[in-house]
Amino acid sequence: MSYSLQQGAFIIAGLLFILALAGLSKHETSQRGNVLGSIGMAAALVITILGTVLGRGGTEGVTVEAVSAPPAWMIAAILVPLAVGGVLGVVKARRVEMTGMPELIALFHSFVGLAAVLVGWVAYLEGDTTKLAAGELFVGVFIGAVTFTGSIIAYLKLSAKMNSKPLMLPHHNLINLAAVAAFLILTVVFVLVQGDNRPLGYVLLAVMTLISLALGLHLVASIGGGDMPVVVSMLNSYSGWAAAAAGFTLNNDLLIITGALVGSSGAYLRYIMCKAMNRNFISVIAGGFGSDGAVVGEAKDYGSHREISAPEAAELLKAASSVIITPGYGMAVAQAQGAVADLTAKLRALGVEVRFGIHPVAGRLPGHMNVLLAEAKVPYDIVLEMDEINDDFESTDVVLVIGANDTVNPAAQEDPTSPIAGMPVLEVWKAQQVIVFKRSMATGYAGVQNPLFFKPNAAMLFGDAKQRVEDIIKAL
Amino acid sequence: MQIGIPLESLAEETRVAATPKSVAQLVKLGYKVAVETGAGAKASYPDEEYVSAGAEIVGRATAWACDVVVKINPPTEAEIAAMSQGATLVCLIAAPRSPQLLERLASRRLTVLAMDSVPRISRAQSLDVISSMANIGGYRAVIEAAHEFGSFFTGQVTAAGKVPPAKVFVSGAGVAGLAAIGTARALGAIVRATDIRAEVAEQVESMGADFVAVESGDQQQSADGYAKEASEAYAEAAAQMYAQQSKEVDIVITTALIPGRPAPRLITEEMVATMKPGSVVVDMAAGAGGNVAGSVADEVVTTANGVKIIGYTDLPSRLPTQASQLFATNIVNLMKLVTPNQDGQLVLDLNDVVQRSMAVVTAGEVTWPPPSVAVSIAPAPAAVPAVVAKPEPKPRDPRLMYGAMGVVGVLLLLLFWASPASLLSHFLVLALAVVIGYYVIGNVSHSLHTPLMSETNAISGIIVVGSLVGLQHAAPEGVVDWPILALSVAGVLLASINVFGGFTVTHRMLKMFRKG
Repeated sequence: MSYSLQQGAFIIAGLLFILALAGLSKHETSQRGNVLGSIGMAAALVITILGTVLGRGGTEGVTVEAVSAPPAWMIAAILVPLAVGGVLGVVKARRVEMTGMPELIALFHSFVGLAAVLVGWVAYLEGDTTKLAAGELFVGVFIGAVTFTGSIIAYLKLSAKMNSKPLMLPHHNLINLAAVAAFLILTVVFVLVQGDNRPLGYVLLAVMTLISLALGLHLVASIGGGDMPVVVSMLNSYSGWAAAAAGFTLNNDLLIITGALVGSSGAYLRYIMCKAMNRNFISVIAGGFGSDGAVVGEAKDYGSHREISAPEAAELLKAASSVIITPGYGMAVAQAQGAVADLTAKLRALGVEVRFGIHPVAGRLPGHMNVLLAEAKVPYDIVLEMDEINDDFESTDVVLVIGANDTVNPAAQEDPTSPIAGMPVLEVWKAQQVIVFKRSMATGYAGVQNPLFFKPNAAMLFGDAKQRVEDIIKAL
Repeated sequence: MQIGIPLESLAEETRVAATPKSVAQLVKLGYKVAVETGAGAKASYPDEEYVSAGAEIVGRATAWACDVVVKINPPTEAEIAAMSQGATLVCLIAAPRSPQLLERLASRRLTVLAMDSVPRISRAQSLDVISSMANIGGYRAVIEAAHEFGSFFTGQVTAAGKVPPAKVFVSGAGVAGLAAIGTARALGAIVRATDIRAEVAEQVESMGADFVAVESGDQQQSADGYAKEASEAYAEAAAQMYAQQSKEVDIVITTALIPGRPAPRLITEEMVATMKPGSVVVDMAAGAGGNVAGSVADEVVTTANGVKIIGYTDLPSRLPTQASQLFATNIVNLMKLVTPNQDGQLVLDLNDVVQRSMAVVTAGEVTWPPPSVAVSIAPAPAAVPAVVAKPEPKPRDPRLMYGAMGVVGVLLLLLFWASPASLLSHFLVLALAVVIGYYVIGNVSHSLHTPLMSETNAISGIIVVGSLVGLQHAAPEGVVDWPILALSVAGVLLASINVFGGFTVTHRMLKMFRKG
């Protein structure tokens, strides 16, 4: 197997990956992008497998021909896990509910993290590492391990197998800093001793692996459920950097390119999410809203709220000429997206203009609401971003707030002392009439009361969102 | 409890306090509703519709004998006598102007909720009949003006020549004024408006009119939502402005009312005299003394110079169907408030500001005036400096930024200097890929962020290459190295879940997105 052929295939795969991500800029090109990405992946896989089986390690300038037929165990060692993993992946991908996407994505991050740890360990097991390679593999294992356990915790929290409340150990920031410091010291020691004292090297590597696994656990356990869009993007980014670090260890540019693409993608999403919550990344890591006890807004008396019944809401909707629906995580929890889509179709058939306004952090994953609505067959051209729709609320007759709270809180603009002051929000209260679907008057993730509920043009429709939407459909 | 809806006894009153729709809502609150024969006839609500909404049609005496009597105008002496002791009466009272009436009602041990004593707080807006009637009055004022006006409101270019649009001047941008502005705009007129409260300029402009400010330093901010009497210097400046506007416009509509006092005189005789013949003035305050010199309540007066001054005080009644509907809805909202258990039992909560303000007579005791409620629709003056004082984020010193970039650049250079050549080429690849990634991802549609994440999941499965390469070393010289083999096989397995799962789920999601 020629080294140049292999590298050439990698370059092509890298370009195809870039095209895959670029395709996602528009709905029209997105599917083509995904196909190009999978072609790139197939090319990279085939050429690597052939290289592994036939070439047994070509290096720059030297073409090593197969010295003998490849042993059967090696072919099995490649194809069996590939097939098993492929089947598991496809089955899981086919079966997953769209409300479960955040969990699936967190789980996928953990696999990349663990794979990066394994690659690092294998690289050290192979022996004769240079000081440079040793440092690289150490970094790779560190990032991989943090990604692995962090993603597992994120998965458990997102799938409600674990309480999503932030774990608040005393001095939790100090613990994180200590773990990073320990990693840095161990790296220096490892780079210095690993060549001469391999047993000690193994111990150092193992200790560092354990520390980073613990760091990942603690880091994500300290972050609450509503900050998950930031955490998942962060782990997305880390899984990329883990792959890039493995690329440095293995001198493989395709891994570096891909890792860098994924890493910067995650970092960019994280940036968008933080901006949409008006928080900086450090404060998300350092702890959730309300965790230090002081930021919870004073219990202000906003007066009383008004209730509305489903038939009355139906009357309002029937009389309206334009309606905007602003869904939040509560819609996903209540599995109401199908009912919401039916309502949308019904209203559109009645000649009512229906659109959706999506806050960037609605849901537990960037773009989560869009996927849920798409699954429920809501056409994507009526699903708009916050910036696209915020000016239109004033000319809107009825706004339905379904399972959203902090993202429609006027306090963010009106009350400079509010913990969420300055966070960009959907200005639903500017519409003629706002109907809020909610289970109770409880506060949202940020723990602040929402003055929207007490505005004269807002009415509360209590109960399970799905049930209530169905009631409205019945009354229409 | 039973609610009685009597026929209004005032001859010119065309409204009714309940419509078939509101009756149905009252019934839902648990009340029985008795409507006097023909109560809704003038507002185009026939008796049969009330019956099918769940009401009972009764005679005059029965309607008045109900536990709760809901009507529009204050009751006459005979009507008060017809009420049963301890009953509740809901209607307009004009409490500040009718102390005797309140005494009389109290002597019958009644409880009276005055629909015109609703405090102006946002929570109470849904039962504020003053607002809903003012809205109708403002609309009707324009319609009456159009009726008396000899020309189009809208400008037109016709084969017979060009018609300029009418100029309308609205004084007072309360609910009535804003409704008048909207109606006149809808008819195509050029509309200007003024108000003693400068804070309403924005509302005026949002309705499509030009705000004419009074050039004086003394502007009012109201704490209770109503306008107050103005200072002298202000009055002078205002008079000047009114004189100027009177000369220019075709239609003047005045809506200035101050609760409990005679209406302010805004348009003097001299101003009327300067108006063009054929101009129309609608004085919506004619019933309270009039904003316009020469206006007569309930009449149209034509001045010597041919200006018509309309002084109708029954503007809402001239739209009986609409006015009844809004009034009845306000009543339903009130009944919701005082029927907390929705069981047809009226329970008055005097700790509630709204109910306390409306209860002008409580179980035989005059409870007017209520303790004052400060409810500001204008921002409290103290809050203004607080907002202004908020420090603007300082723009960063550009020198600082260049300095920081320089330091980072030098550090990187030192790092690269110490690195072997092979590492440098990797750094180059990394740096370029990060830059490309940043721009490519920046273009990704927000709605596709979830597929973006699953796509990156899929391609980060490329780490499978690392484990495959590891397999090459699993059997150096034919002897299988088990740890390497096991770890590599595990790595291939994990990564291939990502590769296949990631692409599949991305494909599945992208297929869901469809255009409407």
